Amino acid sequence: MVELTGSATNLTIAGRTFGSRLIMGTGGAPSLDVLEAALQASGTELTTVALRRVDPSARGTVLEVLDRLGIAVLPNTAGCFTSAEAVLTAQLGREALGTDWVKLEVIADEVTLLPDPIETLDAAERLVADGFTVLPYTNDDPVLARRLEDAGCAAVMPLGAPIGSGLGIRNPHAIEMIVEQAGVPVVLDAGIGTASEAALAMELGCDAVLLASAVTRCHDPVAMAQAMRHAVSAGYLAAHAGRIPVRRYAEASSTMVGRID
Amino acid sequence: MHITLNGQPHELPDGSTVADLVADLPHRGVAVAVDGAVVPRSRHDQPLTEGAAVEVVTAVQGG
Repeated sequence: MVELTGSATNLTIAGRTFGSRLIMGTGGAPSLDVLEAALQASGTELTTVALRRVDPSARGTVLEVLDRLGIAVLPNTAGCFTSAEAVLTAQLGREALGTDWVKLEVIADEVTLLPDPIETLDAAERLVADGFTVLPYTNDDPVLARRLEDAGCAAVMPLGAPIGSGLGIRNPHAIEMIVEQAGVPVVLDAGIGTASEAALAMELGCDAVLLASAVTRCHDPVAMAQAMRHAVSAGYLAAHAGRIPVRRYAEASSTMVGRID
Repeated sequence: MHITLNGQPHELPDGSTVADLVADLPHRGVAVAVDGAVVPRSRHDQPLTEGAAVEVVTAVQGG
């Protein structure tokens, strides 16, 4: 198997380059051992963690896994419903992990887990002012994506579908519009269920894909992690290969000249 | 001294500090907020006050 390198795999956000266009989440894995094997198979170099109250009985930590694999950590603000909660959680993440990068996530309710656009934009403005490199999870709304970029976010991360739903990309047209207007990297975040959907995200022009459940909650996380790794690279290559136009009728690939009577 | 630690009532000797609370925890991956504001490690020697609401968090699987 040929290993892909160069632009098919190199992702640059805010001046930092990662050797994979697949950003992984760590949520949902049945054990740290399974998580470690899946992360390694995915080839990811940037991976999210959440911040929660210390459990003194916990054994082994996700940080030990990421350190062993040499994967950069991206703290998130998962579970926050307000800008104020998200800002404090981001600041705790910076203190705990020594990074000013944050995946900003402010959800509106526990049923849809959809981003609250008002709180998300407010938190983004506050965190940028506080020196954070902000990667916001956002709706598939081109206007909101533009507002987040204007607020100084280092990337925009529109959802394909609700978190953990595996519904894929419900509004490809909106994702294309976000990509066309964006001056920062676009990361398709949430909703991916299988490899073809990750490839589609890249074919739509996204710079990267962020996913967790599709890998961590499937039957064979290592196999799916490999599938996602290849899908993201394949989608990127296809997007930049100048595909053939779509036609309503057939176009023969063999010449009609010289055929026998 | 009574404080609230991660949402639960907690008793501490008077004069206890943030450093006392986190003494048994690893340095990396742990952060503390008191009354809604992060207390950086450089200020963990500050004494806690009666009724303080303390959050001690760490990185877990997520996102």
